[in-house]
Amino acid sequence: MKSIKPLYFTLAVLTFILMEGALYMAFLHAPTERTMGDVQRIFYFHVPSAWVSFLAFFVVCIASIAFLRTGKAAWDRLAASSAGIGLLFITLVLVTGPLWAKPVWNVYWTWDARLTTSLILWLIYLAYLMVRSYTSDPERGAKFAAVFGIIGFLDVPIVYMSIRWWRTLHPAPVIGGGGGLAPEMKAALFFSLFAFTVLYITLLLLSFRIRSMEQKIQALKHNS
Amino acid sequence: MLALTQLYTILHKDLLQELRSKEIVTTMLVFSLTVVVIFNFVFDPGSAEMRATAPGILWVAFVFASNLGLSRSFAREQENSMMHGLLLCPVDRSLLFTAKVIGNILFITLVEIVTLPVMVIFFDLEVGRLWPLLLAILLLGTAGFATVGTIFSAISANTRSREVMLPIMLFPVTVPIILAAIKSTSYLLAGRELADIWPWLRLLIGFDVLYFFVCFLLYEYVVEE
Repeated sequence: MKSIKPLYFTLAVLTFILMEGALYMAFLHAPTERTMGDVQRIFYFHVPSAWVSFLAFFVVCIASIAFLRTGKAAWDRLAASSAGIGLLFITLVLVTGPLWAKPVWNVYWTWDARLTTSLILWLIYLAYLMVRSYTSDPERGAKFAAVFGIIGFLDVPIVYMSIRWWRTLHPAPVIGGGGGLAPEMKAALFFSLFAFTVLYITLLLLSFRIRSMEQKIQALKHNS
Repeated sequence: MLALTQLYTILHKDLLQELRSKEIVTTMLVFSLTVVVIFNFVFDPGSAEMRATAPGILWVAFVFASNLGLSRSFAREQENSMMHGLLLCPVDRSLLFTAKVIGNILFITLVEIVTLPVMVIFFDLEVGRLWPLLLAILLLGTAGFATVGTIFSAISANTRSREVMLPIMLFPVTVPIILAAIKSTSYLLAGRELADIWPWLRLLIGFDVLYFFVCFLLYEYVVEE
């Protein structure tokens, strides 16, 4: 266990530098957007948060499948860790979105397909963590969570499509802006995406390690 | 052939149990009627809004009532360790799941068949000549909802908070089914052509097949000792 410690340290330092860099890119490097003004800068945190949450939920699904197939507890710890982080980032998405939307769209919330899907996603993974913690037997809880994690993730694209079809008046992609980004803005966005991905990996490893320790302590308690 | 007999036996057991106790269908029925009555206060009587939102209300009533029944589906087996007995049966687990799904679909459909005419009278709806299609929509929506509901019911029966956990898991996941069911019902009740309804009906069928397939694969991990 000791030999891994430098890895965590290096990763933490790297994440710190990258996140500071992302702040610099978002606030100083990227130009102020002409119509939206400074509030547009939240975009450099909003989009990477959304990306990380999707990545995290994807990892939950893959780890859940691996856990059900192999029965190895490590996969379950990975899934649980990733779900917690994903939930954190989807919460950030839901907080930063309305902050931007109020000055730009003049409303905090619209029931657009992406917004609604994010909200449903948030509910699904909240339920995921609840299933796990409300099951008395941790082993069964892990299995239930895995089953729910797989169904929940497969559900995401279907939820998105169905809401999109449901609201046929939905305006063409409102978030992201497509090809209209200035090169500095693009640079800031991609840097931020990279920084957030590294942040995710760091958090995942730390959370995974904490869960492993917790399990060890539980095992020791049972033995004594 | 043996599989069919086994399927029938398990289903028969559930139906018989329900016939004796009547606890699931009765509570669901009363509940769905209550929901319909409560929703009537949202609108001015006889307004156009009321008719326009009737399909939504109808499905909210069905979905809430189904949740009530589904939560009993496995919780009932926990009493007197009946689940142990079921699992000891020399029957494939997938048959157990299929039988449970069929049983739940039957219970919920029964409730819908009673609630629907009441809705038609209370909300002054025009079903018209396409009523067999309406039944088909009800059945398809119910099938999808009950499939996912059955597997989640098995999970929630084992959690500490039991009944409370089911809707928290079930509602967000079944959004596509509920949307497709409401849309096709509202098109039908608005007197739209079959060509308009068909795309939503097709979606509903697609979702049903997809959910059944996924749940069928995952079921064995949920029901075990």
